[in-house]
Amino acid sequence: MTATYDRAITVFSPDGHLFQVEYAQEAVKKGSTAVGVRGNDIVVLGVEKKAVAKLQEDRTVRKIALLDDHVALAFAGLTADARILINRARIECQSHKLTVEDPVTLEYITRFIAQLKQKYTQSNGRRPFGLSTLIVGFDYDGTPHLYQTDPSGTHFEWMANAIGRSAKTVREFLEKHYTPELATSDKETIKLALKALLEVVQSGSKNMEVAVMKHKQPLKILETEEIDKLIQEIEQEKEEEAEKKKKQK
Amino acid sequence: MECLIGIRGKDFVLLASDSVAGRSVVAMKKDHDKMFQLSSKLLMAVTGEGGDTVQFAEYIAKNIQLYRMRNGYDLSTKAAASFTRRNLADYLRSSTPYMVNLLIGGHDDNDGADLYYMDYLGSMVNLPFAVHGYGSFFTLSIMDRYYKEDMTKEQTLALLQRCIDEIHERFIVNLNSFKVKIIDKDGIHVLKDIRPTTKPPVEAEGTQQQQQLMDTA
Repeated sequence: MTATYDRAITVFSPDGHLFQVEYAQEAVKKGSTAVGVRGNDIVVLGVEKKAVAKLQEDRTVRKIALLDDHVALAFAGLTADARILINRARIECQSHKLTVEDPVTLEYITRFIAQLKQKYTQSNGRRPFGLSTLIVGFDYDGTPHLYQTDPSGTHFEWMANAIGRSAKTVREFLEKHYTPELATSDKETIKLALKALLEVVQSGSKNMEVAVMKHKQPLKILETEEIDKLIQEIEQEKEEEAEKKKKQK
Repeated sequence: MECLIGIRGKDFVLLASDSVAGRSVVAMKKDHDKMFQLSSKLLMAVTGEGGDTVQFAEYIAKNIQLYRMRNGYDLSTKAAASFTRRNLADYLRSSTPYMVNLLIGGHDDNDGADLYYMDYLGSMVNLPFAVHGYGSFFTLSIMDRYYKEDMTKEQTLALLQRCIDEIHERFIVNLNSFKVKIIDKDGIHVLKDIRPTTKPPVEAEGTQQQQQLMDTA
């Protein structure tokens, strides 16, 4: 019986690549975009909601999952794989509190998820998880964090990042527009995440989902009206910029 | 030697536990809290084997939090009590049973306030008022005489004061302080500790008020 699980699936290629892991990363590139921005007192997650078929019920199955009261996760890639990881992470969050009496730090839970992903790149009969995650939240002492994991099992901390479809474009946009000054304002942080997401999701708020978290406050999923209002502001600012440029000429 | 008291009122549950933590004949701590918060509107008071109480309570509490994370909403009081009872019963016939007696009080939007009484053998019952420990011998009759459905918070606290006074009067062990908490639609509220009424109560008004509240049966 166990003979069927003897063979390793993820093996090295002659030139040192783990192709299964790279193919998993390709699967991530096909998933819908997710954006994360870390402010000084706020963390923002934005995801692209793919349009549903006409006859399909618009299930509000959020691509933003709550792992614990102070940690949220957004992912890009295989949704079914994500469910497994999210479930394991949720159990670990409670288990940590049971043994150690303290809520997990962002770094701990990111490391846990990353180590789990790595295990699956080195186990018999298993394939890597086909998703990248953006993990946001606040540690017990109030410091905000944004972490990213990918199918290889590596994890990094970011000030702002994007994963999934057109992640490169969005990341370049974030690099251009993120400033430490911006991070001091909650509103500007949210607007930056929206602006970044709008690069990919042209159709606006109905194809977006945005969630914000502040220290010691529950995760807040923004209403469509709130997003629309902010998008209006962004459009206005764009027009004002264009006007200025015209006048300069 | 420990005592847990639970009383269901109008849309709230009151839980009280004595605050003595003792081992054999020594009282180690006089302000010990025996109640554990399972969720925002669920409270569990535990008594029994030292160690088992805390281990079991924390295990149940974390599992109830996990349910909330996975599903996005809290377990109802009934479901949480059933889950707890299931765990007690399963562990009973293992090599590591939990020797705990407990009261679960909770409030949810569908069923309002609920009080569940559970013992270490895994039996569970939904009651309007319940007591664990030797204190039950003295207080259940007081409750039978003075309890009414849908009492206000003040009436329930007066009833609780009566029970604690009786325990102080007749129970050989000195339990002179009780921690009191209330669960209602707004969550769990910690009230002031209750002690037996010091005699002589020259404040005739006080006892008269108590008398009035009690005898409007």
